[in-house]
Formats: sequence, C-alpha cells, structure tokens
Amino acid sequence: MDDKTRLDLYRVMVLSRTYEEALLREYHADKKPAFDIGAGLLPGEMHLSAGQEPVAAGVCAHLRPDDAVTATHRPHHIAIAHGVDLDKMTAEIFGRQGGLGHGRGGHMHLFDPATHFSCSGIVAEGLPPALGQAFAFQQAGSDRVAAAFTGEGAANQGAFHESLNLAALWGLPVVFIIEDNDWAISVPRSASTAVASNADRAAGYGMPGQRIEDNDVDAVYAAAGDAVTRARAGDGPTLLEIHTLRLWGHFEGDPQAYRPDLAELAGRDPIPAYQARLQKAGILTAELAATIKDEASARVEKAVEFAKSSPAPEPETARDYLFA
Amino acid sequence: MSVTDSATAPPRGGVRRLTTARAVAEGIAQEMERDPRVFVLGEDIGAYGGIFGATGGLLEKFGPGRVRDTPISETAFIGLGIGAAVEGMRPIVELMFADFFGVAMDQIYNHMAKIHYESGGNVRVPMVLMTATGGGYGDAEQHSQCLWGTFAHLPGMKVVVPSNPADAKGLMISAIRDENPVVYMFHKGVMGLPWMAKNPRAIGPVPQSGDEVPIGRAAVAREGTDATVVTLSLSVHHALDVAEQMAEADGISLEVIDLRSLVPLDRQTIMSSVAKTGRLLIVDEDYQSFGVSGEVAATVAETDPGMLRAPVVRVAVPDVPIPYARPLERAVLPGPDRIRDGVHRLLKA
Repeated sequence: MDDKTRLDLYRVMVLSRTYEEALLREYHADKKPAFDIGAGLLPGEMHLSAGQEPVAAGVCAHLRPDDAVTATHRPHHIAIAHGVDLDKMTAEIFGRQGGLGHGRGGHMHLFDPATHFSCSGIVAEGLPPALGQAFAFQQAGSDRVAAAFTGEGAANQGAFHESLNLAALWGLPVVFIIEDNDWAISVPRSASTAVASNADRAAGYGMPGQRIEDNDVDAVYAAAGDAVTRARAGDGPTLLEIHTLRLWGHFEGDPQAYRPDLAELAGRDPIPAYQARLQKAGILTAELAATIKDEASARVEKAVEFAKSSPAPEPETARDYLFA
Repeated sequence: MSVTDSATAPPRGGVRRLTTARAVAEGIAQEMERDPRVFVLGEDIGAYGGIFGATGGLLEKFGPGRVRDTPISETAFIGLGIGAAVEGMRPIVELMFADFFGVAMDQIYNHMAKIHYESGGNVRVPMVLMTATGGGYGDAEQHSQCLWGTFAHLPGMKVVVPSNPADAKGLMISAIRDENPVVYMFHKGVMGLPWMAKNPRAIGPVPQSGDEVPIGRAAVAREGTDATVVTLSLSVHHALDVAEQMAEADGISLEVIDLRSLVPLDRQTIMSSVAKTGRLLIVDEDYQSFGVSGEVAATVAETDPGMLRAPVVRVAVPDVPIPYARPLERAVLPGPDRIRDGVHRLLKA
C-alpha cells in the first residue's frame, strides 16, 4: 500500500465521521428536553455508522462509480465512501425536495443512479438486488462488480444464504461484506450466531471467505482488493467479514443499557488509532490531520446548509412517483 | 406500436387458435426476439417449460443464457430480477404459485414495488413477476389461492389477470414493455393445460402480430341489459357460461365485464355498465373480505350509489382457506351454480 492510498483512506474515514457527528448534532438539536423520535428537522430512526468507517473506506477504495453498491439501514459511511453526492444525500435525510429521492425515502432508502448505490432498511434484503446488478454486468460482458454490504445479524437470514448460493452458482461478480459490529441491536453475536466466523460459511457455498479482525482499514483494503479483482476477472463472488465497532447506539435514543463495553469504546475508536499509525509511519502530521478535519467539516457543513435550504416537498405531491 | 382491444376489435395479423399457455409463451418469445434485454428466470421454466406451460419452447429457442432455471430460492431470484431491472434489463420472473409469495414477499412489496417511489422517480424497475393462481383441481390450501387482492392492495405494482389467450399474449407484451413492475397473474384453469379439465374458452384466436393489450382497460366480454357481472380470470369463463345459459333458459340479459387489470383498475367501464343495468354482481375467486369485490363495490358506492336499483351481490371465497375434499372445494369456489344463484338473488331484490 502506498502512502497516498493510506492518506485517502484516512480522509474518507474522517469525512464519514465528521458527517455522522454533524447528523448527531442536527438530529438531537430540536429533540430537547424530552426525546421525541418524530420531532424536529430529522424525524424517525437514525442509525449512525461511527466506528464502522474502516469497512466502507477499505472496500469502496477499489470500486468505480459504475460499480454497484447495496447497503443497509446504516448506510451513510458506505454512501460517502462510494462517492454518493453529499448534498443530495443530506437533503434526502432532511426530507427535502432537493434530496436523492425528493424526500420520499429518507436515511434508510437512499438511491443514487449516478453511483449505482442503494440501501434497504430490511435486514439482509439488500443482498438479492445486488445479485441482479452483478448479473446485468456479467451479461453485458463488462468488468463491473457489485459490493453488497450487510451486518452479522443478517447472516442468519434466509436472504443471505439464498444469495450466496445463487451468486456462487452463477459465478456472479459480487463481493459480500459483513460488517460484524458485535450487536444485532441488543443481541450479541454470541447469542445469535453458531459459528465463530461468518467467513466460514463461505465454504458452504464454494466461495472464498475471509474474516478481518481489529477493524483494520489496511487489512480491509488488502482483502477487498483481492475480492474485487476476482470479481472483475470473472472468478466469482467472495465473502468478507470484518470485525468492526458500533461506537454509538443501534439508533439515536438507544440507551445501550444492555452493553457491557461502553467504558472501553473510546479506546477502540479506529480513526484516532489510524491517525497515530500514519503519524508514526511518517505519512501524516498533526497539522495535516487538522487540515483534513477542517476540510471535512467545511464539506459537511456545506451539505447540511444545502439540505436546510432545500424546500420541503409539497403535500399535494405525495402521490407522485408511484409509477414511471 | 399498435394497440388492440381483443374483446371487441377483430383480431388482426394472422389468427390461429392457441391455448392461453401457448399464447403467453409466444408473447414472451416475440419480445425476446425484439429486445435483447428481455430474459426469463424461475423454477422449472427451462427444460420443463414452466409447470403451467407459460415458458414452453423458450429454452430451445433462446438458450440457457436467457432462459434460466433457478434454485428454489425465491427471495434471491426475485431480488436478482429487481437488480437486473434497475440496471436496464427486462426480467420476466416466474413465481411458480402465487401461494409461494410468503417466502419472498419482502423483495416483492418492499423492494420491487417501492424503489421507484422511494427514489423519487430516479430508479425504475421494469420487470414482470409472473405467477400461477387459483384452484378447482384439488390442490388444497397452499396451492389454490388467487391472492390478487393482496398484491393489488400494496402500492407500486401493476397487476394484470388475463382470462383468455389473446389477452394473455397482449397483456404479457404490455407488461414486458412497461416501465414499472407488473405482476402477471394467470389462473391455472385458463391456461388450456392438457392435464387439467378446461373450459373451451382456454383455447382461442390469437393474433400472430405482437400487439399490446393495454394495461388498465377492462373488456366488455358480453353485452347485456339486466345486470352487470364484474369478474376476472377463470371466473369470466364461468360467468359467460352462466350468461349464455340464462339468456337461453330464462331470457335474462347479463353484461359481463372482464377486469383484465386490477392495477390500475378501469373504474369507468364498471360505472358505465352499472349505469346501464342498475344491478351489480361481483364474482371473484379470491377471498371475499377486504379485497377486489369490496373495491369494486366501493367504486360504485363512492361514485354514484343512486344508480343501483338493488343491493350489490358478491360471490367470492367465503374467508376460509381453500379446502381439499371436492365437495368442500366446490362449496367455496365461485363456480357456475353459485354465480347463477347470485344472479337470481340480485334480480329478485
């Protein structure tokens, strides 16, 4: 890995974290003093991705805008890493006419045809459409691929297993990525999953599988590079499981009383850790890190401003877009 | 692109008599020849030709690349159809029985049907989900349901229900060309299968040309003046049989409306007929409550209930699962006897 690549990974992770910090601020700003999930500029469930940035950055670094990505109910870091337009995405999350879906979808239903990005709020159900995108790429004789993200909780859903089998059977250019953040809302992985590593399940479908420990973006980058190369070459799908970290609650407002590891979370934050690693390697300085953070903040605040200045959809347009 | 209303216009472009199954397969084949983006997916749709014959001969003509048997993984392959449609292909995906929707409904109603809306119109899902419906041959609770009311209830999918070979071909062509997801529901009893008792109406004239039958337009299958029978799919056959018998035996003149599409629903054709007859019988092989028959009745009630000279009568499945034993199955399905009885009740009121 060259220095520039590692700096780029760091930039993407910082941009993503800065984005989630801004949404955290905006989400809670008008839900005080009593938390009301339906109140304020950002109503509804809000699943933020802080801590999971290494997965998105390490995988999406290998993707082109014409590659497809399907994400989950926790999609922001993946959308950012794949290059979804930040202004339109933010406007969508704010439910505005200028959003990706003109305010129809919101934060769990982001669709960007320009980068072939989509996400689904239903656990594991974003995987089957990724097969179809990969199938279309395969039929066209192109080297485009689909990256299908899901969580460790989803690896116990039927859609997951059906998708792995069909992708392997037809040699589809898909990379399946499991973000194992240890928690399916409040249920720990030890109470949900019969195997130590979901990557072991790849063998059951005749595809390569690899688990990456320690939320290590460099290791994710290396494994994803191999997987994407295989898919582009027509050598079929790969399953990656990345042990990552849900730094915040399942959704905002989650008191996390079930969680014994709260006190140690800050020490496991992957971004300060990567910053320290890059500084030690002489790739990053404290000054450059500050500049990267400032640039990210400026970009994110511009997106938030764009969203807030975009008009709300007119009520009489609620029936628009049902059919093409 | 020409449009033909097969129920009223004389068929054009070379007419042969085909079974409905052959007509469906011919419509798919012509579209596959015309448009390389069209392909077919499903269980046993290749060498078998579809359990109900809707894809007969396609594998031989187009090969396994475009006519693909799938594993028994409805969630995966319906979802695959969605993703392929999003990327510009034109999938036709067969769900072998509509009854099987339970194992894959999330892909259907949360994904296929919602993506266009959620994306603010930026992502289209032009696919056909083709599925077999209906009972009457002893297949019991899990293989006999119509369920079209369930699909029609959920927003974002068009729903078509052809009753005869010409409509089956023309609606399939329209469904493939449509920019939206279309659920194409054929009753096993209208397919003209050699291994199932069939009404003669399951075989009929079909134009050779690839004309569309427009989605969202009902057909007046028989004109009449005493009462309107609004129905769909196999029940059209029964209703036409009853109308012919009652005209001859009782001098009763029934108008039979074949809905052909449920979404969008051609409310105007229903209203025009009821305005003429003043009496409405709805015959539906789906469950009675919360479904198609209630929607048709509500259309009249909301528009102009004053045009009714008698209360609406419904003949549908009385909100129980479809039982196995023949006398029980016959008791719940809307066969000719129940339809005739419904007409008598309607005319006596």
